[in-house]
Amino acid sequence: MPLFDYSLLLTGKYHDMLVAGLLLSLQLLAASLVLALPIALVVALLRLSPLAPLRWLGFAYVEAIRNIPLLAHMLFWYFGAPELLPEGIKQWLYAGHIEAYSAIIALALYTAAFMAEDIRSGIRAIPTVQFEAGRALGFGFLGTMRRVILPQALRVTVPPLISQTLSLWKNTSIATVIGVAELMYQAGQVESATFRSFESFAFASAAYLTVSLAITGLATWYHHRFPVRTI
Amino acid sequence: MLEIINDYWVYFLIGQYPNGPLGELVLTLLLASCGLVLALPLGIVLGLARVSPWRWLRWPVTGLVFVVRGLPLLMVIFWAYFFLPSVTGVKTDQFTTMLIALVIFDAAYLAEIVRAGIQGLPRGQMETARALGLGYGRAMRLVVLPQALRSMLPSLVNQFVSTIKETSLGYIIGLAEVSFIATQINTQVFTKPAQIYLILGGTYFILCFGLSRFAYWLERRLARRGMSAADPISVPKVSA
Repeated sequence: MPLFDYSLLLTGKYHDMLVAGLLLSLQLLAASLVLALPIALVVALLRLSPLAPLRWLGFAYVEAIRNIPLLAHMLFWYFGAPELLPEGIKQWLYAGHIEAYSAIIALALYTAAFMAEDIRSGIRAIPTVQFEAGRALGFGFLGTMRRVILPQALRVTVPPLISQTLSLWKNTSIATVIGVAELMYQAGQVESATFRSFESFAFASAAYLTVSLAITGLATWYHHRFPVRTI
Repeated sequence: MLEIINDYWVYFLIGQYPNGPLGELVLTLLLASCGLVLALPLGIVLGLARVSPWRWLRWPVTGLVFVVRGLPLLMVIFWAYFFLPSVTGVKTDQFTTMLIALVIFDAAYLAEIVRAGIQGLPRGQMETARALGLGYGRAMRLVVLPQALRSMLPSLVNQFVSTIKETSLGYIIGLAEVSFIATQINTQVFTKPAQIYLILGGTYFILCFGLSRFAYWLERRLARRGMSAADPISVPKVSA
């Protein structure tokens, strides 16, 4: 038995399992990111809204989500939340891939809270006179945001959003606790089937690291391509 | 929800202690505190290496920090759980395994906090200290680090909040911390999962929200005294 068995990773059943896990992890990343961005934008705008109750709503969302570990969110959405639904929907949910949906909901809501804060501080970095000028030109609150503030704020916001994406990528691994067959889960399965823990974890680590470094590279590229303008 | 709290609160707080192993919320806090206390010195050493003028020291440590930060904590825990015993031949218990994983993981993040704290100081501090005749090591230890550590305080409290949240991953290796026990209570009660996990979430929330508010307060206080690294041009006020 060789010390490091490459063949296990390159071909055969276990190779397929690990690759399927990697693909599912990437799908989790994409689905949660697509859901999280609009939620984050809405929450950021809530936090900046001129109406106090809406501001409080945004604050409560961000603090309630950020101060609870993702694991607890996942457990709640997987074990807790479906029980509260009516019987019919529950049956339908349990027939499908409920664990993947729970994981996506938990990941999206969790990431949105962090992204909302990044978007908010990006918007706050734009001088208030810009906002006042927009209002003076006759745009409403949302119109000013969309046409004047957000296009400028996005330049400052994208780098922190990319680093939140990196966290999201690493957080997809936590979905393993509710039995989503993603990369971490498959690495565990291969390990328990073959007892080759070194090979399977090396594959998973290398895969996580590759995607992480790609995301970091994207951030560096963006930083060079669109340097922050000082006004 | 109230009856669950009423029936299980002692179990929830300290586990089976004195009749069995200490667990639960106390274990969560103990793990987070030990993790941060042990990771801090390592983080400072790594952070110093990251800003050191010697390439042979800076590059490997930068690589290490990048690798650890690019991996999920769960991966680090798996390595500590499966790989460490087979290399060292010592079978560690779940608490020690989790502690080792947390220390490695947190040290990499603390290294970045330390680096940011040092680089946030005006360059003149280091130059002045060197001009006064202090060596690199003494200038770092006597002039730069004390100021940098002070401006890092809020980040450290936030790191403690993250560490508390990270301990929840001990769940996966069967460490009897608060998430694990919540799941056990869930299998005993069986009919009220939503309530049990809401209580779990609420427990974390009270702890972490309190601490993060404290960090926020500390940040404002340090900023008012002009000791924040976020404000690089601030100089100590000299009373006339």
